Amino acid sequence: MLNALVKPVAPNMYRYDEFDAQFVGERVNQFAGQVARRLSGELTEDQFKPLRLMNGLYLQLHAYMLRIAVPYGTLSSKQMRRLAHIARTYDKGFGHFTTRTNLQFNWIKLVDVPKILRELADVEMHCIQTSGNCVRNVTADQFAGATGEEIEDPRPLAEIIRQWSSLHPEFVFLARKFKIAVGATEKDRAALQWHDMAVQIVKNATGRVGYKVMAGGGMGRTPYIAHVMSEFVEREDILAYLEAVLRVYNQDSRRDNIHKQRIKILINTIGPEEMRRRVQREFEELKRMGSLQLPQEELDRITAYFAPPKFETGLSDAIPDAGADFANWVKTNVHQHKAPGYAIATITLKTPGQVPGDATAAQMDTIADLMDQFSLGEVRVTHEQNLVLPHVRKKDLPAIYAKLKELDFASPNAGLITDIIACPGLDYCDLANARSIPIAQTLAKRFENLARQHQIGELKIKISGCINACGHHHAGHIGILGVDKKGVEFYQLILGGSGAEDASVGTIMGPGFGEHEIADAVERVVDVYLAERKDGERFLDTYRRIGMEKFKAAAYQEAVAA
Amino acid sequence: MAHQNQGLQMLTANRLRDGDVLYRKGDGWVLMLADGDIYPDQGSADAALAAANGELARNEFVAPYLFEVRQVDGKITPVKEREIIRAAGPTVHPHTGKQAGQYHA
Repeated sequence: MLNALVKPVAPNMYRYDEFDAQFVGERVNQFAGQVARRLSGELTEDQFKPLRLMNGLYLQLHAYMLRIAVPYGTLSSKQMRRLAHIARTYDKGFGHFTTRTNLQFNWIKLVDVPKILRELADVEMHCIQTSGNCVRNVTADQFAGATGEEIEDPRPLAEIIRQWSSLHPEFVFLARKFKIAVGATEKDRAALQWHDMAVQIVKNATGRVGYKVMAGGGMGRTPYIAHVMSEFVEREDILAYLEAVLRVYNQDSRRDNIHKQRIKILINTIGPEEMRRRVQREFEELKRMGSLQLPQEELDRITAYFAPPKFETGLSDAIPDAGADFANWVKTNVHQHKAPGYAIATITLKTPGQVPGDATAAQMDTIADLMDQFSLGEVRVTHEQNLVLPHVRKKDLPAIYAKLKELDFASPNAGLITDIIACPGLDYCDLANARSIPIAQTLAKRFENLARQHQIGELKIKISGCINACGHHHAGHIGILGVDKKGVEFYQLILGGSGAEDASVGTIMGPGFGEHEIADAVERVVDVYLAERKDGERFLDTYRRIGMEKFKAAAYQEAVAA
Repeated sequence: MAHQNQGLQMLTANRLRDGDVLYRKGDGWVLMLADGDIYPDQGSADAALAAANGELARNEFVAPYLFEVRQVDGKITPVKEREIIRAAGPTVHPHTGKQAGQYHA
C-alpha cells in the first residue's frame, strides 16, 4: 500500500502520447473481444493460441501466465504499485522478474485478462509482443542515464526502436522471435553479444557519436556470439540499418525447421561476410528511398523525455558509516553515479533461499515507496533478475539499506556466487524439462557465508530448465542446464560462458548430475578454482587459463565413484 | 520419436476459463488427481482420450493428453516429475496450486 507520507514522483521517462494511448486501448479492446469469442466457442484453441501469444498470454503447467513488457527495464513507482495491485487482485500475491526484464504473473485466469490489460493500459503498460515470432521487449543497460561511463543515455534509442518495431507491418510474422538490446558503455551489462541484434552507442575516430550494430547472437539449442554487422552507423541511418538487417533475416531465414529459424543460424550458415553484403545492399536501397531517416528533431523529442533529473548540488560525496553489514552491501550493491553525491543501488532479489526474481505485492509496494522517497520515482529491472535504484543520494543509502533489510532484499551479493539467474523451470513452465529454482536455492544456501562469497569473488551461475536457455546457462561462468532422463531431472554443468563484454559460449562438461549431486559438483568446481587461481583472477579467468580438465575431474569424482 | 506411454494411465487437460489442471473422471472432469479415473490398459486410455477430444467443441477445457501413473504404497503417483508438479503445484511455492489446502491446513 502507498505509504501516506510518500508523495509519488513522476520520473523522466517516456510518456504515452495520444496516439500511444489510443493504440494500446484499441489493442486491449481487440483482445477482450478475442477472449470473449474464445470463451463462447466462436474461436477454436488453434485459432486463439497465436492471438493470445501476441498478447503475452501463455498456458503453463498450472494456469495461464501473463508476461508484461517493461521496456528497457524502466518502471515508474506508479507502474510498480499497479503491478503490486494486479499481483494482489488477480494472482497469488507475487510476480516474477525475468531475464528479458519483463514481469510474469503465473496464476492468471483467462476471464480476468481483459480487466488486467485495462489496468495496465491505465499506467502506460501492455503485454504486446512479449511472445510470438516478432520483435520482443527491447532491453538496455540498467545503469542508463546514471553511469558516467556511457557515451549517452541508451534509452532514447531503445524507445525509438520500440516504437519502430511495435506492430511493424513487415515484421509481425518473423520466422522466430527477435530480441534487441542497446548499450552505451564499454562495459556490457545488457548481454549485447547474446542478442539477435544489438546496438552499442560508440564514437568514431573523429569523436562523432554513432552506432555499432551486431547481429546473430543467441542462446537456445545452438548458442552463438553475435557478429559485427557495422562498426559505425550514422545516427540518422540507424533505423534504416536495423530494418535492413531484419529484412534480410525475414526474407532469407528458413521457416521449415524450428531449430534453424533464428538469425544466428542464417548468419552462421551464409557467413558474416555474406550477411554484411546482403544487409549493405538492403541498407543502400532503404537509404536511397529516404523513408527511414531518423530526423534530429524526432531524436531530440524522444531524448527530452529522458532528460537528466535535476540532481542536487553541494552534496557530500562520502557514503555514511552505518555498520559492517551496510559496508558489505555498499561493497557489492552500490555503484558510482555520474553526479557527485549520488549513487546507483542494486537490489538483488536473491537473498539465499529466495526464488530468484520473485517479489511479493507488499515488497513491490515498499520498493515503489523507496523509489519515490529516494530514487526520483524510478527503478530499473535487470536481465540478471534484480532491481536498480538509479539515482539515490549517498546520504540516503543507510535508510534505503534499512528498508531493504525489512523486505529481506538487502543481500550484499550483487555479482557474487549467490546472485544466481534461474528461469521458472519445471515448477511453472510448460516447456521445461527440469526445475531450476530449487537448484538456485540450494546453491545460494550452500554458498551463503559472505566471507566465502567474497573469497570466491565474481562468479555468475545461470540456470535453465531446458535448452531454450531463458536462464542464460550458456553465458554463465558456471552454467547449469536441466535435462529430463525418463521423467527424472538431471543437470549438466557448463563452464566458461560470459554475458559481459568478454562474451563467450560455455562448454558442456559431460553427463548430467542428479538433483542431489549438482550442488556438490558445483562446490568441487569452485574448490578447484580457489586452489588454481592466480592473484586477481576471477573464476572465468582461471577457467580460460587452465581449461576444463581439472574442473571436470573434480566434479565427477564422487559421482563416478558412486 | 514420441515416448509411448506404458502401464497405468490417466487423462488430464486444462480448464479453458482459468487454466486449472483437470483430471478425467467418467465423462467429466475433477480437480484432484486422486479423484481421477485410472486406465489400466491402452484401449481404455485411448477411448477416454477420444471421448475428450470429441468434447473440445464445448470450450470447457483444452489440450487433453494421457500420462503414466504408478501405484506406490497404494497411492497413485505420476511417473514423470512434470505430472507430479502439475498435480501438486510448484515445489518452491507450497502455498499455491492444488497442494495449497494441505499447506494451509
